[in-house]
Amino acid sequence: MSIVVDGETKLVVSGLTGREGSFHGLRNRAYGTHLAAGVTPGKGGQDVEGVPIFDSIREAVEEEGANTSMIFVPARFAAPAIDEAIESGVHTVIAITEGIPVLDMLRTYWKAREAGVRLIGPNCPGVLSPGVANVGIVPAQFFDPGKIGVVSKSGTLTYQIGNELKQAGEGNSSIVGIGGDPIVGSDFIDILTLYEADPETELIVMVGEIGGDAEERAAEFIAAEISKPVVAYIAGFTAPPGKQMGHAGAIVSGSSGTAEAKKEALEAKGVRVGESPTETAKIAVETLRA
Amino acid sequence: MDLLEYQGKQLFSAHGVAVPSGEVASTVEEAVAAAERIGFPCAIKAQVLIGGRGKAGGIKIAADVEQAREHAAAILGMDIRGPRGEGPFRVERVWVEAGSEIAAEYYASVILDRGEKKLLAMVSARGGMDIEAVAEEDPAALVKQHIDPTRPFTAAEARPIVDAAGLDEDVRDDAAAVLAKLAETALAEDATLIEVNPLIVTSDRRIVALDAKVTIDGNALYRHGELAEIDAESVEDPQEAMAREKGLTYVKLDGNVGILANGAGLCMSTLDVVAQAGGAPANFLDAGGGSKAEAIVDALTVIVSDEKVTAILFNIFGGITRCDEIAKGIVEASGRLDLQVPLVVRLDGTNSEQGLEILAGAGLANLHQEKTMLGGARRVVELAGTP
Repeated sequence: MSIVVDGETKLVVSGLTGREGSFHGLRNRAYGTHLAAGVTPGKGGQDVEGVPIFDSIREAVEEEGANTSMIFVPARFAAPAIDEAIESGVHTVIAITEGIPVLDMLRTYWKAREAGVRLIGPNCPGVLSPGVANVGIVPAQFFDPGKIGVVSKSGTLTYQIGNELKQAGEGNSSIVGIGGDPIVGSDFIDILTLYEADPETELIVMVGEIGGDAEERAAEFIAAEISKPVVAYIAGFTAPPGKQMGHAGAIVSGSSGTAEAKKEALEAKGVRVGESPTETAKIAVETLRA
Repeated sequence: MDLLEYQGKQLFSAHGVAVPSGEVASTVEEAVAAAERIGFPCAIKAQVLIGGRGKAGGIKIAADVEQAREHAAAILGMDIRGPRGEGPFRVERVWVEAGSEIAAEYYASVILDRGEKKLLAMVSARGGMDIEAVAEEDPAALVKQHIDPTRPFTAAEARPIVDAAGLDEDVRDDAAAVLAKLAETALAEDATLIEVNPLIVTSDRRIVALDAKVTIDGNALYRHGELAEIDAESVEDPQEAMAREKGLTYVKLDGNVGILANGAGLCMSTLDVVAQAGGAPANFLDAGGGSKAEAIVDALTVIVSDEKVTAILFNIFGGITRCDEIAKGIVEASGRLDLQVPLVVRLDGTNSEQGLEILAGAGLANLHQEKTMLGGARRVVELAGTP
């Protein structure tokens, strides 16, 4: 078992004919993901290394049975592309694109919720289920199959922690990058719920950062709903207020969204928070083996 | 992107929200001339992106020309710090504004509620003070209502919260109309925060926005030409301006340890770990995914242009980014920029072996390799010395 992407995933990539889309889409295929189709309006009938291209996601769903969509289109066209995916009949949409206007995402978020479609991202590295499937840009070589579920707002920070887990001899059920934007399709709570239900996952590592209150909400949720141990890491203790730290959502506004507040909220609910990525991995391994 | 008060007011005005008349000035002479045109009394208001200007002496009322000159001279060029020690922000411009006769001070805002994934309209009859403190002391005094972002928010929908907030009855229709216009402004201009504190009732019973705090979504600037121009001109820090020109994500900080990492999360984490090791980070710089040699040269150019930097830490975990590319960039940058400060390099992940070989082969002076992030942090703090 794994979450979000697995052996049943049939992937359709919007933007597969583009440079980034083809590089990562084909990398995902090489990893073992079933890459069913690509979509680029006006290029239907062509193929990318044997992968059929359609004019619309719906055609890819009807013709190839695609059930998961990955969005790799440029930011200003991405929200309509996600909307198209939501209406196409796939059950999961993973949006990698960075830089989508937040009000567009606000509308798209509710569209996905109302349609019952799982949206991951945008501005995220995607989802890897080690040994099974990879949808996105996560470098799979740093992760082995195993019992630790990871959910994170950040890409490279996750690779760092995943690699330390691997060196300690542990692996992952799945790695879910939820993205660093102010509005993302799935929050920590959504992914924690999936890990709680996944029999393969025995421990969850949650990687948060400054901005918003998703970590605080997750802390409440963990106390009420999650029986599995959760270990957390929060980045951005040294971030000055009012400055956007790379990710659009990583900003301390006035006194809200600080790393300190998130750490305190999690610790108050019994979640251990590592001081550094290294310590976080160490706590996770110790907890798992205790 | 945050707008200055006068820029926010211009935006309000364009959407039909009443604001006092005024002019922007960047010299004392301009300010005095503006005051004479506007008439007295008038307010001379520092234009800086931080709250608490009034307490810091950045807002003064002038009763005549002499006072206008005196206040403009005092405010222009002053350094203002925020209530949480932010800044200092140098006052480059003042907004000279017609004086208002205030009968009541309210609060109104429309913000992005990240947690609930909706816009949120808020109103209070207790404006003119720190609204967070009001909300804490008397939560019922701040009335809230979510807004559906897929359609306009009407004055009729705003009316119940205006009623609930207990604004003066004779101005409730106007206040509801203003709230609807603020929501329209947010939706039309891609604003994630619009705050009017105070929203005043004038002595002749009109509703006027006396202040304006507006944040525009940087990702949406491509569809707002005028706001994008404001954004382009808004960067005053020389390093931040240079970084922006080179397309790098850079934030200037106060310390002496220059930092470059790949990925926003890893970069934030690197700052934290350096601080834990007793150091003071000089900057945040995310070299991004898939960094090529040229980007490294650019990044180092920006970092060393900050004279406070006494040592630099490269913390790279290569995923899509290849460590051999990073190493080539470091070697190339060392040849092109006369680097005077020690460089601590931690390369891990994709092609790290090749990267380390390239660095070893180049025999660069002043280059220190560390295997781990923590090791790199300790080493760079040691080499940087006290700021």
